[in-house]
Amino acid sequence: MKANDLLAGSTSEKSTGWRLFLKTIVARSYPRVIGMQREKSWMFFDVFLPMLAVAAYVYVYRAIGAPEEYVGFVVIGGAMTAFWMNVLWSMSSQLYWEKEQGNLALYIMAPNSMMAILLGMAVGGLFATALRAVAIIALGSLMFHVQYTVTSFTSLLLVFLLAMTALYGMGMMSASLFLLLSREAWHISNLAQEPIYLVSGFYFPIKSFNFWVAAAASIIPLTLGLDAMRQLIFPSGALLGFLNVTVEITVLIILCAVFLTGAKYLLDYMERLAIREGRITESRR
Amino acid sequence: MPPYAIETSDLGRIYKIRGNKKEKKIRKELIALENVNLNVERGELFGLLGPNGAGKTTLIKILTTLLAPTSGWARVATHDVIKNPELVRPRINMVSGGESSGYGLLTVRENLWMFSQFYGLPSKEANERIVNLLKMVGLEDRIHTKSSDLSTGLRQKMNIVRGFLTDPEVLFLDEPTLGLDVGASRDVRKLIRDWLDAGDSRTLLLTTHYMVEAEELCDRVAIINKGRVLACDTPANLKRDLQRDAIFEIETSQLNGLNGPLIESLPEVKKAALTEIEGGAKLELILVNESGLGSVINMLTQKQVKVMRLSKREPTLEDVFMELVGQKMEDVEKEEAPDESQ
Repeated sequence: MKANDLLAGSTSEKSTGWRLFLKTIVARSYPRVIGMQREKSWMFFDVFLPMLAVAAYVYVYRAIGAPEEYVGFVVIGGAMTAFWMNVLWSMSSQLYWEKEQGNLALYIMAPNSMMAILLGMAVGGLFATALRAVAIIALGSLMFHVQYTVTSFTSLLLVFLLAMTALYGMGMMSASLFLLLSREAWHISNLAQEPIYLVSGFYFPIKSFNFWVAAAASIIPLTLGLDAMRQLIFPSGALLGFLNVTVEITVLIILCAVFLTGAKYLLDYMERLAIREGRITESRR
Repeated sequence: MPPYAIETSDLGRIYKIRGNKKEKKIRKELIALENVNLNVERGELFGLLGPNGAGKTTLIKILTTLLAPTSGWARVATHDVIKNPELVRPRINMVSGGESSGYGLLTVRENLWMFSQFYGLPSKEANERIVNLLKMVGLEDRIHTKSSDLSTGLRQKMNIVRGFLTDPEVLFLDEPTLGLDVGASRDVRKLIRDWLDAGDSRTLLLTTHYMVEAEELCDRVAIINKGRVLACDTPANLKRDLQRDAIFEIETSQLNGLNGPLIESLPEVKKAALTEIEGGAKLELILVNESGLGSVINMLTQKQVKVMRLSKREPTLEDVFMELVGQKMEDVEKEEAPDESQ
């Protein structure tokens, strides 16, 4: 068989512009979606282990006689930790891993947009993590008999989507930052993991903090996203909420714009630096 | 005159390297490329031949829009690689020897499909091409194998298919057969030749430090060392000058203090390279004429060095390199070569 037979049809048109952008998103999200089916260990590491932390907080709250809503707060917070872990380890550190693997140079050299590559990672990661989060909520709700009273499904969906857009936008932005600042991205990820569990109020209402601490923590989109979701799905959520839901939605919209714009700017900067210095696309393997 | 597939003019690249802990603020300069002028015609299979650290990878990085030159300019498929990278990228592809790209949990087909999508290839067509190209390199039975389960050689074959899959106007192969066994290298060389023969407008730039590969495959070869192009012509023309000379290989017993410079001091010896082999040494000689052999044998006899085997052979690109650089390529590689990864 000759190469002209092998490449038959090679005159057909390749996608460009928005079609190429969308194709790239789908293609780059594919490894994450398929990875979930191939590596079943996530059920243990990403569902069972977080459930242990959730259970610990639930028993503490029940032991001290805290309002029953707190149990629901913990289950929702436990589910949201999956997204934070995903953003930290599979978004922020990802360009670093891609560089080490030799993929980053191929991504830059291809005609697709690097923004589409990052969006693909985000979409794939969001889809895979959403399944983990649903598993944690289902398991936690069954185990601890959590009652939900959703006041507005539309607002809840809007808050969730905005929180995820801002969160993954932050992950996309920090992906370039991690690559620019450090060779050892996992150290930064390690450093950021536990403190954010604390300041974002994964296991307690953020209102428990001083106003300024809570306001500073609001730069992490999950802080306000989680607070607003709790207000929308638990009867006493509004009383324990940090800010009014409408204000929180407004701030989340601003965060989405800031992080996505920042991601685009830093990505362009990273690419320019890579081409100028030749270091960033160099795999050390 | 038709436009060239690749053109460079006075292309240069200097890396700035930080000093060690004591000299952190001192930045040294490393010249990776210097005044490179090349014109590669469409349809040509052009080889860059040189030892590790010669600047081959730096040149490929510039031509594939991954690195900016510090002087000169380069055009690929008629577009400037720095001013218009977005016009260059859809027209090129690159595969490096020993790369570990892709994702281990994806199968061979899935990895290749993913990369094809970054070039906008229709999915159906991509899948057809994947099957056909895998057949050509003898990897069709591994199409559904996870790439993490492939051996290094099979993984390299998959990477090479990735390069051909998008059917680029200009394909860059950086040491494509590095780490492949003889059979796999032969499959890859066949694919390269067939791909080029199938279309007049396809151009391929190949870097290698395997002389035989360059000689067998390339229409023209540029010999590069320490960032400079020393010669550029067809393999036959490069060897032509040496055909007037006499090239001998002599296997000897222990050398008893005899060395290359001493042998080169003989008037009819142009170049002499010594390599240690089991129980003795191999002496490769380029002589002005055959009569020079007598004085070499006399010198060996005086030093009580026994001649075990003597043969005359035709010149190779290795001899051309030795003539140009004054050392064998493997000797250059043994010396401290500039680190291209800086």
